[in-house]
Amino acid sequence: MDPNIKFIQGNEVCVEAALYAGLNFFAGYPITPSTEIAEHLAQKLPEQGGKFIQMEDEIASMAAIIGASLTGKKVMTATSGPGFSLMQEALGYAIMTEIPCVIVNVMRGGPSTGLPTSVGQGDVMQARWGTHGDHGIIALTASNHQDVFSITIDAFNLAETYRTPVILLFDEVVGHMREKLVVPEPGEIPIVERLRTSVKGGVDYHPYLPREDGRLPMSDFGGVHRYNVTGLYHDMWGFPSNNPSVVQGLHRHLNDKITNNVNQISRYKEYYLEDAECILISYGSAARSALHVVQERRPRGEKLGLLELQTLWPFPYQMIKEKCENAKSIAVVELNAGQVLRAVKRAVNDPEKVFLANRIDGVFITPVDIRNMLRFVQGRGA
Amino acid sequence: MAIKDYLRERFFPHMWCPGCGHGIVLNNMLRSIEQLGLSKNEIVMVSGIGCSSRISGYVDFHTLHTIHGRALAFATGVKLGLPELNVIVPMGDGDALAIGGNHFIHAARRNIDITAIVMNNRIYGMTGGQFSPLSGIGTMATTAPFRNIDHDFDVAELSKAAGATFVARTTTFHAKQITDIIKQAILHEGFSVVEILTQCPTYFGRKNREGSASNMMELYKKNTTPIGSQAKQENPELIERGILHEVEAPEYCNEYDKIIKAAMKGK
Amino acid sequence: MERCRMVFSGSGGQGVITAAIILAEAAVLYENLTAIQSQAYGPEARGGATRSDVIISDTTINYPKVVQPNVLVCLTQEAYNKFYTIIRPGGMLITDSRFVKTQRKADAKQMELPIYATVMEEIGKPIVFNICMLGTLLALTELIQPESVMKVIKTRIPKDFLQLNRKALDIGLNLGKAHKTQ
Repeated sequence: MDPNIKFIQGNEVCVEAALYAGLNFFAGYPITPSTEIAEHLAQKLPEQGGKFIQMEDEIASMAAIIGASLTGKKVMTATSGPGFSLMQEALGYAIMTEIPCVIVNVMRGGPSTGLPTSVGQGDVMQARWGTHGDHGIIALTASNHQDVFSITIDAFNLAETYRTPVILLFDEVVGHMREKLVVPEPGEIPIVERLRTSVKGGVDYHPYLPREDGRLPMSDFGGVHRYNVTGLYHDMWGFPSNNPSVVQGLHRHLNDKITNNVNQISRYKEYYLEDAECILISYGSAARSALHVVQERRPRGEKLGLLELQTLWPFPYQMIKEKCENAKSIAVVELNAGQVLRAVKRAVNDPEKVFLANRIDGVFITPVDIRNMLRFVQGRGA
Repeated sequence: MAIKDYLRERFFPHMWCPGCGHGIVLNNMLRSIEQLGLSKNEIVMVSGIGCSSRISGYVDFHTLHTIHGRALAFATGVKLGLPELNVIVPMGDGDALAIGGNHFIHAARRNIDITAIVMNNRIYGMTGGQFSPLSGIGTMATTAPFRNIDHDFDVAELSKAAGATFVARTTTFHAKQITDIIKQAILHEGFSVVEILTQCPTYFGRKNREGSASNMMELYKKNTTPIGSQAKQENPELIERGILHEVEAPEYCNEYDKIIKAAMKGK
Repeated sequence: MERCRMVFSGSGGQGVITAAIILAEAAVLYENLTAIQSQAYGPEARGGATRSDVIISDTTINYPKVVQPNVLVCLTQEAYNKFYTIIRPGGMLITDSRFVKTQRKADAKQMELPIYATVMEEIGKPIVFNICMLGTLLALTELIQPESVMKVIKTRIPKDFLQLNRKALDIGLNLGKAHKTQ
């Protein structure tokens, strides 16, 4: 047996990938359906010299990983809906202070306590706008274990590259199901390490002055550069400022560093789009049912295609517009009341041709559900 | 090193009101650090939101000015991330014990080696004089215009019950004691709580007719007494100053290092 | 191979979820097949009827759940009552004759087997009931090699219990074979 082949839950895949990416500090609080991530890391991190701490709540978990990131660690927390709500303020702090960290939200049915053990995808907009104020954010997702692995590594790499929190929006179905994972050999997937400043001690270091390439080299707490980190608007040294030009500069920087790099951050997969008359757009576990339908109907002559989004934020408006140019109809398959639907409608030339194929009852959407909805879209009735 | 070498002088004058006790705390905290001979690079000061939390901006350490109430949670990440650092967390009474009350008791429970300084002025100063969990019954505040009916905490008893292994109290009138206590708190291995009664003449003083800053400090002199004093026996109303509780107990980061050793051996 | 969709049901503590995981894992790790296992979580997973879905195939499996199983295993009356209607017409419904009284309604090959009784008679310990069930299922379906299942069991169970599990698997295999030839 190949030791790199594993048959594990999606949550454990996320753990394997995070460790592959160099995770060495995790803080979290138990919540279904994400708890397995904390459980596996409680075991595996200390085995590799890393650190795991169970905090008193999700607010504290988010705070602790930000603190640890400043000491040079690669950090992550994992939660689900209610916990993700609690993390929003500190998430905004990490955005403002540009601290690399990864937040996993294994989505369940909401709002509120909702459906703790059932699947949902209702936190897409929360990932975008859950914390207050204008800001850029990166949120990624995946539908199968091999992709959960690579997307989790991407999350760490993007967090380091753009010095930003990255949200992994997985869901209960992917998190809990078991399927095959082939763990890549070390080095097979490139890892972005923390960029540290080359400025020597005693020389003026500017923790918040981007280099020419837009990146911000860091200096670990405990090192030779002492600087300030604050959630207030701040200057290039990290000290509070309400000077309008400083405020405007930082505001633009925080948004532009994400939105100007949509193409670098955007990940997606496409199936049979070349001649597709009807395009399904889906993501996360729902994309599995969508792909099932596409692969089943293609041999029967139906010109169906699937665009599977892996980057949800920043939203790839331009890419979607181009891919959907020739489609007669577009159906967004998701487990909410139409959160990505709305973004897709904004992206395409003709929003009238965009429909929603969803389930919001905690039951995982079936291929039959999607087929039935497509019949209506195509004017063929039940 | 001179005290002012620990300051970021370009940010002075500070933003505290005339008569505020926080400057005395800052001054004496730096004296204790200076007397301990700690290097600036080995100190991380983590603070939350409020008047007291602005202290981190004025000191030339690694400084992390975070969000309201969560400073200890951020500090826990810093300390566990790099245990060799000295982590000091100055907090106001509202920051530490209202919004941050849960983090406060859990940091104490873990006995993580952090020095928590509760600068207790019994009021929310930054927002203009609302009552805090330490204002106490009968006090006046903008949100208690008739009188406050909220009971207050005894920070020292709370800390002790929650598991803090070093608990002390003093006031801004007793400046030298601040230096002495903070020194011992930093040296103590485990979670240390130092409560410092500090005057807010602008809001608490004015609302509660305690007069000027110097009058308020006089009250600290009058209303407090060293631990175990004769005066306390005669007048139980007096607030005790000094080290109220000090025990040895396993420290969180040390214990986690043992976990790592065991886990790595098992591999 | 034809895609095989299975539902294992019973009550918490009978080990039906473990059995499902072992089967799916064996198919993936030792037979180079594709498999997906999922299960109901929450209150459903404690008391009441536990359910775990397994799909085994030689091609990619996208939709991961089982709507209509080819093979349905019910180890309690409650599980049977709840799930027997979902069986794919012509599928195989395996029940334990000690725990389940079947109503002749399902359009399926119904196999009422004394799995529990045999385990108690030959081993005397109910903890390997699930492994015995797996042996029975393997004999009836010939999905994968019993040795592959044994290899997985070896990675999950302390050495001292291997012999017990081996025996339970064999008992199940024999039970299944006996009923297959009938």
